[in-house]
Amino acid sequence: MTDKTVSLPEQPQRGGFIKNNLRDYGMLLSLFAIMLFFQFATDGVLLQPVNLTNLVLQNSYIVIMAFGMLLVIVTGNIDLSVGSVAGFVGAVGAMLMVRYHVGYPVAFIACLLVGAAIGAAQGYWVAYFKIPAFIVTLAGMMVFRGLGFALLDGQSIGPFPETFRNLSSGYIPELLPGADTLHPTSLLIGAVLALGLIYSSAKGRAREQSHGIDVEPYAVFVAKNFLLSGLLFYSTYLMASHLGLPNVLVILMALIALYGFVTRRTVLGRQIYAVGGNARAAKLSGVKTEQLIFLTFVNMGVLAALGGLVITARLNSATPGAGTGFELDVIAACFIGGASAYGGVGRVGGAVVGAMIMGVMNNGLSILGIGIDWQLVIKGFVLLGAVAIDVYNQRR
Amino acid sequence: MTAMLEMRGVSKSFAGVQALRDVNLTVEPGQIHALVGENGAGKSTLMKVLSGVYPHGSYEGTIVYEGEERRFRDINDSEALGIIIIHQELALIPLMSIAENIFLSHPPSWLGVIDRYEGYRRTRELLTQVGLQESPGTLITDLGVGKQQLVEIAKALSKRVRLLILDEPTASLNEKDSAALLERLVTFREQGIASILISHKLNEVARVADRITVLRDGRTVDDIDCRTEPVQEDRIIRSMVNRDLAHRFPERKARIGDPVMQVEDWSVYHPLHPERQVIKNVDFQVRRGEVVGIAGLMGAGRTEFAMSLFGRAWGRQITGRLQLDRHDVHLSNVATAIDAGLAYVTEDRKQLGLILADDVRKNITLASLDQVAPRWAIDDIAELKVASDYRNRMRIRCSDVYQEANQLSGGNQQKVVLSKWLMTDPKVLILDEPTRGIDVGAKYEIYCIINELAEAGRAVVVISSELPELLGTCDRICVMNDGAFVGEFAAADATQEKIMRAIMRNIKIPSKKGMNESDMRTGAMQV
Repeated sequence: MTDKTVSLPEQPQRGGFIKNNLRDYGMLLSLFAIMLFFQFATDGVLLQPVNLTNLVLQNSYIVIMAFGMLLVIVTGNIDLSVGSVAGFVGAVGAMLMVRYHVGYPVAFIACLLVGAAIGAAQGYWVAYFKIPAFIVTLAGMMVFRGLGFALLDGQSIGPFPETFRNLSSGYIPELLPGADTLHPTSLLIGAVLALGLIYSSAKGRAREQSHGIDVEPYAVFVAKNFLLSGLLFYSTYLMASHLGLPNVLVILMALIALYGFVTRRTVLGRQIYAVGGNARAAKLSGVKTEQLIFLTFVNMGVLAALGGLVITARLNSATPGAGTGFELDVIAACFIGGASAYGGVGRVGGAVVGAMIMGVMNNGLSILGIGIDWQLVIKGFVLLGAVAIDVYNQRR
Repeated sequence: MTAMLEMRGVSKSFAGVQALRDVNLTVEPGQIHALVGENGAGKSTLMKVLSGVYPHGSYEGTIVYEGEERRFRDINDSEALGIIIIHQELALIPLMSIAENIFLSHPPSWLGVIDRYEGYRRTRELLTQVGLQESPGTLITDLGVGKQQLVEIAKALSKRVRLLILDEPTASLNEKDSAALLERLVTFREQGIASILISHKLNEVARVADRITVLRDGRTVDDIDCRTEPVQEDRIIRSMVNRDLAHRFPERKARIGDPVMQVEDWSVYHPLHPERQVIKNVDFQVRRGEVVGIAGLMGAGRTEFAMSLFGRAWGRQITGRLQLDRHDVHLSNVATAIDAGLAYVTEDRKQLGLILADDVRKNITLASLDQVAPRWAIDDIAELKVASDYRNRMRIRCSDVYQEANQLSGGNQQKVVLSKWLMTDPKVLILDEPTRGIDVGAKYEIYCIINELAEAGRAVVVISSELPELLGTCDRICVMNDGAFVGEFAAADATQEKIMRAIMRNIKIPSKKGMNESDMRTGAMQV
């Protein structure tokens, strides 16, 4: 009996569909429950149009960086430097635009390139020099925080031109003639997205069924799509009744679509997960593991830069301390969203939901008048609890 | 003579699967008792019952040890009575010294402060008993596997062992270290320490055992007293597998064509010890439709040779000429090797072959994702079809292709790895210990697959430490020793004796420094 697996009976799989996929739905349901709780606890303030819009604006940079962090975590690494990098890149952007009067688009691109270069520098040490990512990015955290201070010379730089500020405080232009209270373009986009979601998942389901693949039960499918598209349409409706869809939300949507596709459907994505699952086996299967790890860091750098620009535009000034502690929120979002610290596991959707759970809690607790001190305590327990439930489920 | 240990009517089941049925085992004082049986026969389970890993109450039957019925609650209970088990995977801490490891749980101490000198003194005594001359301060990681085994035994001695249980102690040892270890057991027998030896190596068993118990499917099927009757390997194998040797390997009609892979003057140095030449300017070739075996002891360089060919996945300063279909190729990484038509099925399925947490489908397609991904996007329907095809073709027993690889048995895992490599459509397939750790039924299926591959005109290289396996599957057998080929036989006139003689004739006594195979292994892990 040297080989334990031999004697084990093959477990009956896919008994109850919901039970087996609890992990996937559980996260979404928790978010829903948390939102419901705060909606009642705050007497409906949470989902007021203005608050919902704020919620998106406040948390956008966390979600943006979470896409990058997720890929880094999936390969079994970590990036502690993203807060410092975001702050530093924000400072670079501010210097370019305010001091040197570089145009907004040029400065924007330059900042993303700086982010890519920083990611490449850190990724080099991790991927090719095999220094643990924890150490490399801890060093990066100090270096770029310091460089940020040096660059700004301890002062804040601002304000910025309107065009740049629109990145995170603007709304999509109104193309249709409409009432002042409801923005028809935004509403239309919401409706199209909701219908598109239903259409594409129905099509996918039909395609799988026609090939004899087990699909989720019809009731679950309908409920899930109804809930998701309803949520999507309802939130766009709420925002449309305020000032319309924020620009940054459009960026988020595009990134969700992009990273969702890359991780689930592309060779690149599959190979990244393989590296995290078992790097040596992946390498012996022809996967270029070092290259992929390097790439995930470059990607992280670009997204940290984007996050930095968004937060700088939102604050309308670059400050030396900007971005402090962001890395913790971003990492927490990934782990709450179901990523595994051992690598190989984690979803884009999960990271988004994780970030939203954090965001809703921040927002809801603030509305309830709970101080930043106790907010931190509660968030800490939520992180620990979410991961504990995960570990427990895997042991079962 | 009264028995030292008597296990009577032991039964144990896991979630509806009967692992042991009414097993009896009697060990007499000062005996070496061998326990044999194929993987999954219940040997380890029986020993876990004995040592208290499975506590009293979780099994049926009785254990009588030194005249009293015993009900062990955990391993501490059995250790207190001198029953010590040494597992196949050694439980030593690599970065601690020998002395620290031996006295890990009960270091000699005064008021909680460890008395290092006392520990060293006692360790030195114990090491002398097991025939080791190492300093007690030597780190475990600096020892070869053979010496680590002896340290485990010294650790057992420190606990005043009376019944020593060894679970496949020689599985990862070379011939010389194995002999040294078995010699220890014989010495212990003279000192009145009994041993239970679990082993797959029947020649060892025949050499030292006083009594042999054969388990099959959780039952005792044979009990041989070696002092009264001669040990016949054929009888043991028949009891183990209940199948004649003649039918262990499927028949194949060899149709051998032109050379597919030719290697000339191939030389490889160790990645961590750059001065050490591991593969010494060897020539090798394999033809279309041919199955070539590479025999040799562990550490002979077989795995290193194969991996260095496979896109330089092992070693440094790799020089020599590699031809595929009579064209020179330079395979600088694994991806180009796969493209060129090479496939390497690793000996270490779990660490290097599979992504255990991923499902069967993803594991099968990993090395040839391009086939199911027109441009960059994976066509999941096409992927599912390919994976299901292989599942049916290779008869992989899983609930569906979405089942995780770590839930499969060893044999089915191996079929998943084979599927992955077949999907790359290789010209040359190198199989490194293809049947290690899998049961007899699955072995037979793997042999059938090897035959099919050869019949389909692929060239197959089988690296194996089981000589019968090489004789049963190969057309030609090359013997490697110390990084060079030292003999070659056509299967028709090869015998186990001839091959073993070729290995032994060329065996060199390794020098003390820089030549233990733990280095080799760590080197192989630098993937």
